[in-house]
Amino acid sequence: MILKGKVWKFGDDISTDHIAPGRYFHLRTNLPELAKHVLEDAREDFASKVEKGDIIVAGRNFGLGSSREHAPRIIKLAGVAAIIAKSFARIFYRNAVNIGLPLIEIKEADEIDEGDVLEIDLANGIVKNTTKGKEYKFVPMPKFMLDVINEGGIENYISKYGDYKI
Amino acid sequence: MGKTIAEKILSEKAGKDVIPGEIIVAKVDLALVQDGTGPLTVEVFDKFGFKDVKPDKAILFIDHAAPSPRKELSNAHNILRNFAKRTRAIVSDVGEGVSHQIMAEKYVKPGDLLVGADSHTCTGGGLGAFSTGMGSTDLALAFGLGKVWLKVPETFLFELKGKLPEGVYSKDIILHIIGTIGADGATYKAMEFTGEVLEQLSQEARLTISNMAVEAGAKAGLIPTDEITKAYLKENGREEDFKEIKADPDAKYEKVFTIDVSNLEPVVSFPHTVDNTRKISEAKGVKIDQVFIGTCTNGRIEDLRIAASILKGRRKHPDIRLIIVPASRTVYKKALDEGLFDIFIDAGAAIMAPGCGPCVGVHEGVLGDNEKVLSTQNRNFLGRMGNPKGEIYLASPATAAASAITGEITDPRDYLQ
Repeated sequence: MILKGKVWKFGDDISTDHIAPGRYFHLRTNLPELAKHVLEDAREDFASKVEKGDIIVAGRNFGLGSSREHAPRIIKLAGVAAIIAKSFARIFYRNAVNIGLPLIEIKEADEIDEGDVLEIDLANGIVKNTTKGKEYKFVPMPKFMLDVINEGGIENYISKYGDYKI
Repeated sequence: MGKTIAEKILSEKAGKDVIPGEIIVAKVDLALVQDGTGPLTVEVFDKFGFKDVKPDKAILFIDHAAPSPRKELSNAHNILRNFAKRTRAIVSDVGEGVSHQIMAEKYVKPGDLLVGADSHTCTGGGLGAFSTGMGSTDLALAFGLGKVWLKVPETFLFELKGKLPEGVYSKDIILHIIGTIGADGATYKAMEFTGEVLEQLSQEARLTISNMAVEAGAKAGLIPTDEITKAYLKENGREEDFKEIKADPDAKYEKVFTIDVSNLEPVVSFPHTVDNTRKISEAKGVKIDQVFIGTCTNGRIEDLRIAASILKGRRKHPDIRLIIVPASRTVYKKALDEGLFDIFIDAGAAIMAPGCGPCVGVHEGVLGDNEKVLSTQNRNFLGRMGNPKGEIYLASPATAAASAITGEITDPRDYLQ
């Protein structure tokens, strides 16, 4: 799978409270409404300006905090195709795999700027920055996780196979 | 080859010898969701066409916004109540309290695999269970299939040495550890705790340490079981649930940290990350608007006793609100029976129904703009308590109680008899 999109930059320690703030707790059963506030406490204009296929690039420990799966779900619902970060918090990473949102860890995330256009090859572990003419390698996800991503999430995966195929 | 606690429990649940890094499918003993994550679990469970829940116990906790402050959440609560009517799942309803405390009192057993759609599910590690947080969809699968996929974590060992000084508590130990290794210092890893300090900590104090493992990024916070564990289970009427859980002597750890607690001071986390810690001597004097004592981290009876011992015969500072939320109905009743409520009421506190209280930012103490709260909860992220213009400081119940009296962050040791 090759993903191509333009970059939105975020810093370190973007928590699930930045992504899906607790004050919108009552919107958790209404994901399209909740998605209008996605990442509001990190960048107020993000939800209104993000376009389908865009890519988030962030620093360390993206998605730390709560187990709320609503966080990756509303990022995906807003149109984001993938997230690149220096590192991800564990539960966010797991939730993103389960809902079919690709996450990529690269140490050089700082070299990528807002508005750059990237091409991501998930299976071969390559990120190309076509704006800057640079290329980065990453360790592809283990096969099981990549299978889940390729099926578009674990719902489709389990519907297809009936069980975990590990 | 010797195994860590995580590797031992996951080997049993996977039905084979597991190694760190491996992806396994493991049998789930206990599964929980709460009112923020559960409705999505029910939606996905139904989409799969599952009919009933498979784990020994599947529990739906209405604790985050209980009682409900608005109609959308009342409707969300009813999704959980209706699910329990058509399956074997159990509802823990308004007034019962926080999931993690109730799991510790009633359900989680040493050696169990507990998964929960709540990040602080790691609390169960304090009772020697592999207990970890995940998402709503994972829980739909855990409910329906009785198993989950897991990557076996490498383990970091934390050897706790020395003698814990007076006025310093397990909350200070875990804040100190997170401040030292960072909020991502143990990402994807299991944290395992050992050492002579454990003998100085009650079971309740141990749960506080495991509760905050996720704040260092960890998947689990595991504590071996012993006589203290056994006594706690007995006190809760389930001595038969005891099982010895400990690592093999030749277990392999990815890293070993030795922490000497003998010279530890009370610790405070400053906004907006848990690892932004300072010693009380460098923290005191910060003026606050609200003090909150409660949560799955520090809303247990021992915590309330510590707070009451400081607040007894004293009043809160007139400029602050003091909010106290016992973690469970059992804690609430004990506190009432022991006369702690009299002390709190006379001190000017507002005592709320058992539950998560203001920690999640939904109700019962949302911050105003530019306000500061000192809380015994586990997390101080921007916006956590309902207002991104507020600031959250984290500390032990003793530090919180002392600070409630003065209206500024205060060293609790000034108030110990």
